[in-house]
Amino acid sequence: MIKLKNINKSFVLGGETIKALDNVSFNVEKGEFVSIIGPSGSGKSTLMNILGLLDVADSGEYILDDIKIKDASDNKLSEIRNKKIGFVFQNFNLLTKMNAVENVQVPLMYRGEKHDKSIKTAYEYLAKVGLKGREKHLPSQLSGGQQQRVAIARALAGNPEIILADEPTGALDSKTSREVMELLQELNEEGQTIILITHDINVAKQAKRIVKIADGKLYEGEVI
Amino acid sequence: MEKTKSIIKVSIKNIISNKLRSSLTMLGLIIGIISVILLVGIGSGATTNVTSEVKSLGTGTLTVTINSNADATLEYSQMDEILEINNVESVAPYKNVSGTVSRGTTTSKRASILATTPQYMSIMNLTISDGRLLSNIDLNNYSKICLIGSDLAESLFEGTKTKDIVGQSLKIEGDNYTIVGILTSAGSSMGNNIDTTLIIPFTTAKYLKGDTSISNLYVKVADEKYIDRTTTLIENYISSTLSISTDYFTVSSQDSMLDTMSNISNTLSLLLGGIAGISLIVGGIGVMNVMLVSVTERTKEIGIRKALGAKRMDILVQFLVESLMLCVLGGTIGVGLGLGIGKILQTFGFNFSATSGIVIISFASSALIGVVFGIFPAYKASKLNPIDALRTD
Repeated sequence: MIKLKNINKSFVLGGETIKALDNVSFNVEKGEFVSIIGPSGSGKSTLMNILGLLDVADSGEYILDDIKIKDASDNKLSEIRNKKIGFVFQNFNLLTKMNAVENVQVPLMYRGEKHDKSIKTAYEYLAKVGLKGREKHLPSQLSGGQQQRVAIARALAGNPEIILADEPTGALDSKTSREVMELLQELNEEGQTIILITHDINVAKQAKRIVKIADGKLYEGEVI
Repeated sequence: MEKTKSIIKVSIKNIISNKLRSSLTMLGLIIGIISVILLVGIGSGATTNVTSEVKSLGTGTLTVTINSNADATLEYSQMDEILEINNVESVAPYKNVSGTVSRGTTTSKRASILATTPQYMSIMNLTISDGRLLSNIDLNNYSKICLIGSDLAESLFEGTKTKDIVGQSLKIEGDNYTIVGILTSAGSSMGNNIDTTLIIPFTTAKYLKGDTSISNLYVKVADEKYIDRTTTLIENYISSTLSISTDYFTVSSQDSMLDTMSNISNTLSLLLGGIAGISLIVGGIGVMNVMLVSVTERTKEIGIRKALGAKRMDILVQFLVESLMLCVLGGTIGVGLGLGIGKILQTFGFNFSATSGIVIISFASSALIGVVFGIFPAYKASKLNPIDALRTD
């Protein structure tokens, strides 16, 4: 479903060119749970941005669900993100002035879904991630684990092809981390494709497949 | 459509959640709109006032003015010659005479003496509340009689009923004049307050350091259609028969006066409106400033929205609607307050007239300001790169 072929991406930082991704090729099939592990500065964030269509590669080919990403316009990228990708960020990235339901509704709103219908969907997914009864809470009234659950519900609500989770447990304590990881595993068992990016080997191990990234290069299946 | 509705809701919510900031932003615009409504309202109030005064003279009236330094004069005896001019119905010479008006030990300081003819009273629509009008006999006899305005009557004959004042006498420059009539109160018109005026027969002015030469004259025409031709005939008469050079006199119709006056007051309105417009622009800059700060502050929000699928246009619309709402709301409050203050000013005697035109213009310009000054911040927001936006805290 995801095909990366010879992806290159470099940045100019203080006059020096840094190769963040060096000829990366990578495939993900439907229903997989892949974790990409690497230390900071390894290029995993860049890979995540490119996979999530927040950034475009300098060269190489990225095919997501039969769509060639290189040719897509800014608006087209927004549309694909909206329909095919669910983001789960390390710092949750919820809209602070909106309650749980409204946060989950955001991707549905940009899809042009009717308000009543999107509320219904939002309630459903909040219940699914175990937040029944907390629908009207603002992010500030929720614990870190609960906020991440809202973020997961938001990612799921759009019924995406893949969930991109960028250090989803990075800001959580070990108990809630475990709960969030269990939730992700459950979702994967239901058939949800998940790509998880982390620097924590214990988190990475919980995926079915592990890919290591270092200095912009991918190494399949080698666990440190 | 469904999406736009939701985006508008988000904008409204944001305005409401930042109450203090939103109201301070609007304040600039509110003040701007209030000043537009008030200044233009007062300007057009003045215009309406002036034009209605000019119109009260009737459109079929010509005003002849001869400079007192002219090389020749128009005498009272020559009035008949003007009356013979085609289409002239009546003539009314008038002259302001200086003199002290007193009765016993009371001296009126405000009294202005007007020497004129019975025709003047009909052209100016002056009526009496008691006594009689001027008559031609008064003019022929150089009678020392007078008609007085209501305020003047009150100040000289304090407490006396007006009908009892008729027949009494007063002194002008020490000479006795019999009061034959009291003028109906009419207030001030064209700079003359009829209520403090004392009217004497035109010919009687010769006793009061006045000559009988005429410098001001109203001419009423029989048929308004030919007023321009009559104007030319009178001009010809004055310049050729009286041999007064054209530099020294003017013959103007009320229409041309009306034009001049409304020109002046339109310029005034425009000027006032322009000044108010500047304050509107300043208000608009305030809106832009706040919107720019708001975009910077909400960079992260924009990043999240973009990551979740917001297109450039969605972000643009969200911020544009926000500034538009702020401005339209500010405009509405401004119009309301402006009209309210205008009404209060009216009770203090200001001529304030706000037309529906100015109300519509105010609304439209506040909406326009919302778009013009909101588009740049909104565009800036829409151009944000989601990665950079997500990275900020």
